[in-house]
Amino acid sequence: MSTTATTIDRAAPPEAGPRAFIRRLRDGDEIAHVVTLVFAAAILLITSLLVYELWMDSRLSRAKFGWDFFWTRTWDPIFDHFGALPFIYGTLVTSVVSLMIAVPLGLAAAVFLAELAPRRLSDGIAFLIDLLAAIPSVIYGLLGIFVVVPLMRTVIGPALKAVLGKLPLFGGPNYGVGFLTAGIVLAIMVVPFIISVSREVLLTVPGDQREAALALGATRWEATWQVVVPWARTGIMGSVFLALARALGETMAVTMVIGNDPKVSASLFAPGYTIAAVIANEFTEATGDLYLSALIELGLVLFLMTFILNGLARILIVATERGGGHPS
Amino acid sequence: MKKIVLSSLLLLCLAATVSAQGNTLLLNAAGATFPYPIYSKWFDVYHNEHPNIQINYQSIGSGGGIRQVLAHTVDFGASDGPMSDEQLAQAGFKILHFPTVLGADVPSYNVPGVTAELNFTQKALAGIYLGTITKWNDPEIANANKGVNLPNADIVVVHRSDGSGTTYIWTDFLSKISEDWKNKVGKGTSVNWPVGLGGKGNEGVSGLVKQTPNSIGYIELIYALQNSIPFGKVQNAAGKFLKADLAGVTAAAAGAAKDMPDDFRVSITNTPGAAAYPVSSFTWLLIPAKIDDAAKRDAVKGFLKWMMTDGQTYNETLSYAKLPKPVVEKEMKAISLIQ
Repeated sequence: MSTTATTIDRAAPPEAGPRAFIRRLRDGDEIAHVVTLVFAAAILLITSLLVYELWMDSRLSRAKFGWDFFWTRTWDPIFDHFGALPFIYGTLVTSVVSLMIAVPLGLAAAVFLAELAPRRLSDGIAFLIDLLAAIPSVIYGLLGIFVVVPLMRTVIGPALKAVLGKLPLFGGPNYGVGFLTAGIVLAIMVVPFIISVSREVLLTVPGDQREAALALGATRWEATWQVVVPWARTGIMGSVFLALARALGETMAVTMVIGNDPKVSASLFAPGYTIAAVIANEFTEATGDLYLSALIELGLVLFLMTFILNGLARILIVATERGGGHPS
Repeated sequence: MKKIVLSSLLLLCLAATVSAQGNTLLLNAAGATFPYPIYSKWFDVYHNEHPNIQINYQSIGSGGGIRQVLAHTVDFGASDGPMSDEQLAQAGFKILHFPTVLGADVPSYNVPGVTAELNFTQKALAGIYLGTITKWNDPEIANANKGVNLPNADIVVVHRSDGSGTTYIWTDFLSKISEDWKNKVGKGTSVNWPVGLGGKGNEGVSGLVKQTPNSIGYIELIYALQNSIPFGKVQNAAGKFLKADLAGVTAAAAGAAKDMPDDFRVSITNTPGAAAYPVSSFTWLLIPAKIDDAAKRDAVKGFLKWMMTDGQTYNETLSYAKLPKPVVEKEMKAISLIQ
């Protein structure tokens, strides 16, 4: 996104003025430099402190399970046997499902708002979308329980089963709660992020680009899809990763609709569990030391997952920038 | 998030200034969420009667309560399950258990076409939660419910997803009635469930049960009573089918009072007695046996005495079962152990 920001030369030196004024300004600069440096360093410090705490507090569990923690399917607080696989799986599946729904939906809506809709309508709707992004997740959870879950059980689920029931992806009993429901609720939650950010980015695409394409005889659709969207590619991807970050860490809305059963199932109808949800659910009542340590290690795993995914996102952005010949 | 932090900081400051006023003795306690309504009522009433003593209770969960007591960050804790022997040994100082009120779990269900109150045998409940009984018309359920037309439908099992005292009571009961359960799953605030969906909180479980046809889930008796949720009868140790009520829960505690160990760490699920409801439990206060601050010690002892006598009269208005007399007498004696 930073690539689309234009730098405005506001910091031009004053042409004339007493020396003392310039001096004060310089002093101010120094102070501002130090203050902003401290704040920037604080971010770094907080992040490393977070990792350090998670690392230290999970050492019991790390020592006991080692790398097996990642592959073990059991989560048994009574017999002290812990594995993260069902939670990692659930977190990934729900996030992927949500992005598969939210990206096309969000991108299409953003293109409409930025390119086709009258400016007034676009601004009005954008305001509502920003409002949607600010709604607390528990409200989305309630929406999930009262609207999506019954719909899933009576309409969406049976329809999917009728068409695609042969695939293992849509096999098994449909309780209304499960991976797919959680994915749908997450999609509803993250779509405002995608629309809002993508629309802003699309609006910053210079008019010349559009006009040049049209002048060359492109239709409106061709100009949008082949010129404007690729131009804004980096920013759109940024919006998708923002959405992914929210989907990975979402707790409340997911736990209300996913069924909370730590199992790895092929079917999207099956109940599952996510890392954030299990931590929120079990942390308060976790009495054993190893149990607590395993929950903290799950937090570490989630941190690692966001870290890796963000790294991949960076690589992807850099790669596409090199590959595409568009200026950005 | 930032807002939450800010507002909680503000609240803390407010609380600090309030408590700093006058010569109020502030006791800090933390733990179980299940008895929170009655505890906050008690602490409030007690503060009105003794304006110089204020007890601040945070319902952070039993696990948190135990940890905070061990870490000396609170004056006393509260837990829905008794502390284990290892935890007590690890403490390094003596911790006393004081039962305060009683709670119970009930099975609620949603079987389309069935309006009758269902009877659940012990074998049926264990089988359903182990996943060995999967149909509503299984003979184990049908034979106890003659005349009810049970459908040939799969049972959808619902349990709590969050760690909770309610789960502790339920799994303690299942461990007592089924060897399989005891060996494969065990008892605790969270367990490795063989089957079923997890709902967050009583409201999550009852919500799932209400929405999902052919489902069964366990909820707290109090929650069921306050929200008028219908529930079934459970077979007790004497073989009788009982519908849970406060008297039945107190009877279960009375049944256990005879063999009550001196440290009060006792399970009262499936106790003998024809009137004893089998899925019941105490909830405990965890109090260090040695309190150095004399003023705090007297305040804790004073509160315990009040709680066992006057305090118990508030129980039934909030749907908690009263402690039976023999237990109260035994606890009154135990108060002198706090030094």
